[in-house]
Amino acid sequence: MQQRRPLLPLTTGTVFLLPAAVFVFFFIVLPFFWIAVVSFSNRTLTGRTARDPDWVGLQNYLSLFDPSSFMQRGEFGHSLLVTGQFVLFSALLGQAVLGLLLALLFYRRKGWVRESVTTLAIVAWIMPDVVVAFAWFAFLDWQGGTLNQLAAVLGLVKLDWLIDYPLLSIVIFNIWRGTAFSMLLFSSALGSIPPSHLETAEVAGANLWQKLRDIVLPLIKTHIATDLILITLWSFNTFTPFLLTGGGPSFRSDLVSIFTYRTAFRFFRFGEGAAVGMIMMLINLVFALVYLALLRRERRTT
Amino acid sequence: MARVCRRAGRLVPESGMSLRQIFGRVLFYALATVAASFFALPLLWLLGAPFNPLAVLSVHIPENPSLQNFEAVFRNTFAMRALFQNSIIQGVGGMLLVTLAAAMAAYALSRSSIPGTTTITYGLVLFSSIVTGTAAMVPIFLLVFRLGLIDTHLGVILVFTGGLLPAAIFIMKDFVDSIPRSYEESALVAGASSWRIFSDIALPIIRPGMMVVAVWAFVNIWGSFLIPFILLRSSTKMPASVAIYSFYSEAGTPIITLTAAYSLLYTLPVLILYLFVNWRYGFRFFGGIKS
Repeated sequence: MQQRRPLLPLTTGTVFLLPAAVFVFFFIVLPFFWIAVVSFSNRTLTGRTARDPDWVGLQNYLSLFDPSSFMQRGEFGHSLLVTGQFVLFSALLGQAVLGLLLALLFYRRKGWVRESVTTLAIVAWIMPDVVVAFAWFAFLDWQGGTLNQLAAVLGLVKLDWLIDYPLLSIVIFNIWRGTAFSMLLFSSALGSIPPSHLETAEVAGANLWQKLRDIVLPLIKTHIATDLILITLWSFNTFTPFLLTGGGPSFRSDLVSIFTYRTAFRFFRFGEGAAVGMIMMLINLVFALVYLALLRRERRTT
Repeated sequence: MARVCRRAGRLVPESGMSLRQIFGRVLFYALATVAASFFALPLLWLLGAPFNPLAVLSVHIPENPSLQNFEAVFRNTFAMRALFQNSIIQGVGGMLLVTLAAAMAAYALSRSSIPGTTTITYGLVLFSSIVTGTAAMVPIFLLVFRLGLIDTHLGVILVFTGGLLPAAIFIMKDFVDSIPRSYEESALVAGASSWRIFSDIALPIIRPGMMVVAVWAFVNIWGSFLIPFILLRSSTKMPASVAIYSFYSEAGTPIITLTAAYSLLYTLPVLILYLFVNWRYGFRFFGGIKS
């Protein structure tokens, strides 16, 4: 690369960078380190331990991982299990597969059918959290909700979705909410495949599945990896299901994000809440590092 | 039917293929219909209910569509203050800070001799995807508490600015990198100061990028729930997102169709801004990074 003369001298550049640096330092870097400190204390919202918390070492972590209660409902292990199922079924299997199917369905097609489905998916994706949660609340209502009305018309049994199938409800909700991203990403990935590749395969007599497996998927595998990591990160960190189920009933949709909120802001046990947040951040870190490695490789090749 | 066959037959002489093509078409429309229904059905009630004078959860076209729900919403001072005062203060405040700070930072990262700008940019993205609002809610709350900004608009604005900046800088830097440096170089030769070059030459050129970042930041703050939910206490400061949650989750809920009407009002700016960005710049910018 050609070495160019910088337009901004070092000092002016630093000054330009300063406002953003201050914000990022205070609200992203500092919380990252502060959470570690808080997670080793017994800090609470009120009382003596609010002003002058004690150093408790690993106690918060030990109580989170206490083997006698770890997997019980409302405890950390159970919450991790719920979150794992949520991410697996709603993001990795739900959003990614549905997004890929839709991208394939509309591959090299134009017109109002494609436009309508794409727009509907995007609307579901960009609407504010509380509004979609409220809409789904009404949609899944036992008595008059659209889904049960539809079930009645089709002669199916009415179900009380949020009470009897809370985890399944938030899984379907998250698929509905987030598929647009995967669909858009895969659409643009498919658009970058040279048509000649597929035509050659067609001449050779490959069927749909063979074309998908041997040509399409290998060509877009970086996009697939990027997509899987991002939607995993987002689904792992989402708080929106709280607006639908509050984590219940009896903790059956108790995601880790909801568990953190409950510990810190309902029970006011900041130390323990920070320990959960710390573990969440470490899990995020693993995903982010993989993503960064991918981004760099992509930049280098293009 | 015959016409389809003939047209298909011309492309592929075998009659078996044309049947297959008809089947393919039917399958395409069937799958597209299923997908469209999946995305549309959950929103159906929300679209009809605001115009229905009867407070019911079932979907049907209102027999006497009316705007009385909207009238009732407009008379509710709590709801109106949340939407037209608090949501706007927080959304616009955060948007201005994010856009300006991101533009300056991206310009510095793109044009200055600061070493390791690529590392800084990637480091920012790394940190921001780790320190999410949900994972960091405890230290964020404690920090705002320590600053004495609990239950203030400013506290909410500052937290959002910090949280959205890394992605905003990332979007902006791509944008600044893509514009040619020749104008700025000739201004430099002519003896203009760095600030002059930034404000008079660079800013007008990167304005489309700033528009995209501004819309993106506004929509993000406008729609978010968790941060104002944990940082604000008094009902006079709550944004519309928290107001809607309190409407449908707490006991003594007002009529559910009022909440629907209010939700629709609250959603409109997001949809309008999306349409605007889509028409003006294409969706790829907007969809790039969503926190």
